Amino acid sequence: MRDASPAKTYALHIGVIALLFALNFVLPDYHQGLFARIMALAVFAMGYNLLFGYVGLLSLGHAMFFSAGLYGAGLTVHHLGWGVPQAFVAGVVCGALLALVIGLLALRTSGVAFMIVTMMFAQVFYLLILYFAAWTGGDQGLVIQQASRVISIGGISLDLTDPTVRYMSALALFAVVLLIALALVRSRFGRVLVAIRENEERTKMLGYDTVANKLIAVVASGAICAASGAAYALLFGYVGSNFASIQYSILPLLWVLLGGAATTLGPLIGTLFMYYVTDITSGFTSAYLLIVGVALILLVLFAPKGIMGSIRERWLGWLP
Amino acid sequence: MTPLLTTKGLSRQFGGLRAVDGVDFALMPGEIRAVIGPNGAGKTTFVSLLSGRIRPSSGAVVFDGVDITAMPAYQRVRLGVAYTFQITSVFANLTVFDNVALPVQRTLTDGRTKGQVRTGVMAALERTGLADRAGTLAAHLSYGHQRLLEVAMGLALKPRLLILDEPTQGLADSEIDNFITLVRGIARDATVLLIEHNMPVVMGLADRITVFNSGKILAEGTPGEIRANRQVQDAYLGATHG
Repeated sequence: MRDASPAKTYALHIGVIALLFALNFVLPDYHQGLFARIMALAVFAMGYNLLFGYVGLLSLGHAMFFSAGLYGAGLTVHHLGWGVPQAFVAGVVCGALLALVIGLLALRTSGVAFMIVTMMFAQVFYLLILYFAAWTGGDQGLVIQQASRVISIGGISLDLTDPTVRYMSALALFAVVLLIALALVRSRFGRVLVAIRENEERTKMLGYDTVANKLIAVVASGAICAASGAAYALLFGYVGSNFASIQYSILPLLWVLLGGAATTLGPLIGTLFMYYVTDITSGFTSAYLLIVGVALILLVLFAPKGIMGSIRERWLGWLP
Repeated sequence: MTPLLTTKGLSRQFGGLRAVDGVDFALMPGEIRAVIGPNGAGKTTFVSLLSGRIRPSSGAVVFDGVDITAMPAYQRVRLGVAYTFQITSVFANLTVFDNVALPVQRTLTDGRTKGQVRTGVMAALERTGLADRAGTLAAHLSYGHQRLLEVAMGLALKPRLLILDEPTQGLADSEIDNFITLVRGIARDATVLLIEHNMPVVMGLADRITVFNSGKILAEGTPGEIRANRQVQDAYLGATHG
């Protein structure tokens, strides 16, 4: 925000959305599917980035918000026969409510204690999913039938299992969340969040209730991550407990670190980069995680601010 | 005239140490009050109790007729009690503009001011002479300018009481003169309470002086009275002026 030029900023973000739109028509089938997945998960990374990048709160429990959306949408479709839009909303509401409760409890701590508390709550959530296997399918998970994944609005029916519909749905969600994130970080509220990250004590002495602001950020972050989870369930038709495991709390952290914390486009770039590194290297060797690890170490050594963070630092100071 | 701020039996203990010990204090609206005293006299603890950064062990703080003893710091700021830090504590990684925008947007949200964030920010920056540095990162400012930014942030809060904790510490003599002019300007719309070690600044600026020693008020009066006070000379002035 060093050079406040809203036109340039919005043009860039709309350009990225337009590019992703165009890619739908040129990408081969396999990559089209991969991109749909990446865009849905980039929303997860954006939700994580809001809290980690902007407020400076490192959570190790965001898998619970993602899976609250995943199960909130998946279970209402599977058991209650809800339609896609209602199930999506149910997923987001589940995530937001969970984030409110977790936020009220976890924000009593900070720093390392916050990491541990969020991780413990996420483990509880994971174990609850396994415990209530009768409804959740336990570690087998649930497959959402193709017939349940069709949106019909006034005679038009959209089949989310169709690759193009799926791609466009993921893109629509991604675009909406990206523009919300952009507006949020450029807003007065965004400025307060950054101030809390930089110096919470000083922010209090400027008249801000920092705990209330952090709580709003946790709920917004949880809701966005849940939107990603709900979309994932509905677009890819699988709801599984592995999405609630610790791995899915660490992944968004890696995506955001890679792409650049506290940048609006970093989460997309990080998710994209990590997915493709994994995808390409797993073609050569079963030890692909080793290569992913090396890539991460190199990045931390040579570009500790992540891809977009380094670009902003070296060349484009105006990047949000 | 009723005082803007009063304290009654205000005390704060840290373990066995009574940093502030039963202080009765009153501040009149519009005055510039200096708080002086040797190191460890309890000055910073005292103003921290006023701003709400720390809670008293006992006693009460009343601001403009409202008992604010139990009120959290951020709510006191909204009432008009602003505090600038002794150790420069600007947001180093934010621009000068954003540093000042934070207090400005706070007063807009509270409905205490009207208009655009940008207008309010530029007004505060003009007043402190930082307007041409709005786009600079605070970390890249010189120390003197960081102190001014700290004051600009305090000003932008539209305070009724501005507490300055050793504002001239580390400033060059030329900067100090500007600073005195600035504080006189601020005192036209706000009450100023400053902790200060620089005696020429205190004598030139303060309407009244309160001298702290061992957590208690040792003396209070006009600069002339304080200068003539034998107890003060023994406890403080004598020690520093040989």
